[in-house]
Amino acid sequence: MEQTDAGPILIFRNVSFGFDDNLVLRDVSFELTRGATLIIHGAAGSGKTVLLKIALGLLRPTSGRVILFGLDVTEYTEQQWFDVRSRIGVLFQEGGLFDSFSIEDNVGYPLVNQPLLQVPPEEVAPRVEQSLEFVELGHTLEKFPSELSGGMRRRVGIARAIVTQPELMLYDSPTAGLDPITANTIMALIVKGRDMRHATTLIVTHRHQDGEILERYRWDDSIGGLQKLEGVSAGTRYLVLEDGRIAFLGSPAEFDACNDPHVAQFSSR
Amino acid sequence: MLELLKAPILTFQEFVLLSGRAVRGIFRKPYYWDDVFLQMDLIGVGSLPVVILTGFFSGAVMALQMSRALQKYGATSQVGMIVAITLVREMGPVLTALMVAGRNSSGMASELGSMKVTEQIDAMRALGTDPIMKLVKPRLLATAFVLPLLTVLADFVGLVGGYLVACKMLHLTTSSEYWSSAWQAIEYDDIAQGLLKPFVFAIVLSLVGCHYGMRTKGGTQGVGRATTQAVVVASVWVVVLTFIIGRVFVTM
Repeated sequence: MEQTDAGPILIFRNVSFGFDDNLVLRDVSFELTRGATLIIHGAAGSGKTVLLKIALGLLRPTSGRVILFGLDVTEYTEQQWFDVRSRIGVLFQEGGLFDSFSIEDNVGYPLVNQPLLQVPPEEVAPRVEQSLEFVELGHTLEKFPSELSGGMRRRVGIARAIVTQPELMLYDSPTAGLDPITANTIMALIVKGRDMRHATTLIVTHRHQDGEILERYRWDDSIGGLQKLEGVSAGTRYLVLEDGRIAFLGSPAEFDACNDPHVAQFSSR
Repeated sequence: MLELLKAPILTFQEFVLLSGRAVRGIFRKPYYWDDVFLQMDLIGVGSLPVVILTGFFSGAVMALQMSRALQKYGATSQVGMIVAITLVREMGPVLTALMVAGRNSSGMASELGSMKVTEQIDAMRALGTDPIMKLVKPRLLATAFVLPLLTVLADFVGLVGGYLVACKMLHLTTSSEYWSSAWQAIEYDDIAQGLLKPFVFAIVLSLVGCHYGMRTKGGTQGVGRATTQAVVVASVWVVVLTFIIGRVFVTM
């Protein structure tokens, strides 16, 4: 596969999805540079998940272009997408774990099945363990998703997303339906993944706290936890969707200063 | 009017597209043989009790119902022939297919439907697997392999059921007469028809089950709806197809 390291990792150029009477995304354009974090806010039904699925090739935009890793992937076939997706890690809203597989098989699934990765069989188990250790769930290898709590399932989802060491991480409402303490644990893991692996991160959420954690904290490995930054972490940008349109796109400072009432409800300041 | 037709035509189009991809997939890698064998076990071994019971009693009922008519014409010695022909040509394939539709098309729709609504199918695509190859193809291959076998078994058990009623219960005929008339009545085209039908039914049953599962929308309620639709549509297809295939064989 062609590889282009220069320039933004993900570009949406006038992307729309849906039909005239029911447009879910309208003319959405943005760029995500390597190593940056994009936080997408929006109410339910504003098109957040659709945007994420388009970025992952699960849905094809009705119009506009999508450029990933420097390649125009808009017209890619499913087979071509498999190669692109091997460079992307994704956490689905409910974790998207396979019920019938053990946690070990769930986390090892992309290593075994991504055609481009070609991981030798003897390397699968150590990498799965390492990835589960990362989310502090090393003891759950033999368990099944139904035996874990909602928060633990989400953590396994993160372990599965990072096991392939992807360059781009997509998170779909990682804290939805979780209590605040568990939600913060999940966010800490996402910050840890971003800072320790320098992965480009796109996160879709409706909780303003999630954005604030990504923006103001960084992972400190010496203390094994989050540490507040003096300023804001560089490269963080906000995008707010309203009925499929971009209502706001800009830096944290601009986000704080925005007076638009719809945007302001996500900034909490 | 056009609005009314739009939804069923769209559904049919989706079904044809899925079928095309699944059938094309049969000739392409990858093959998930573990899944194929697992499905064979679920569909084949799992359906054995219900198929044996249905086959046995359909043969028995056939002998029972025909006894009076045959007595009227003094043709009770032909009971073996009647049971054999009706079972091999029609009742064996159709009843077996209906049982498997009720058991497995619904199972496929609910399993795949649950996977769809919990984003497992999306996750599968995101993690490098084509759901058609991983989920649909193994179910199609397994059903196409086991349904003809189940039908042969149902036919045989049905003949035994007919034998017990005709010879042991009603004493219509002797054992040797029953089995020889049954044996002589069946011709090669009956066997061809009796094996072609379950093969065609298997393709339709599995694809309908998978199709309704893969297009499930709207949470658990949607899963229930998909399951019901799969059974209804698969069953209707079975009776329509048996007529069409029967028509072809009758005119041949």
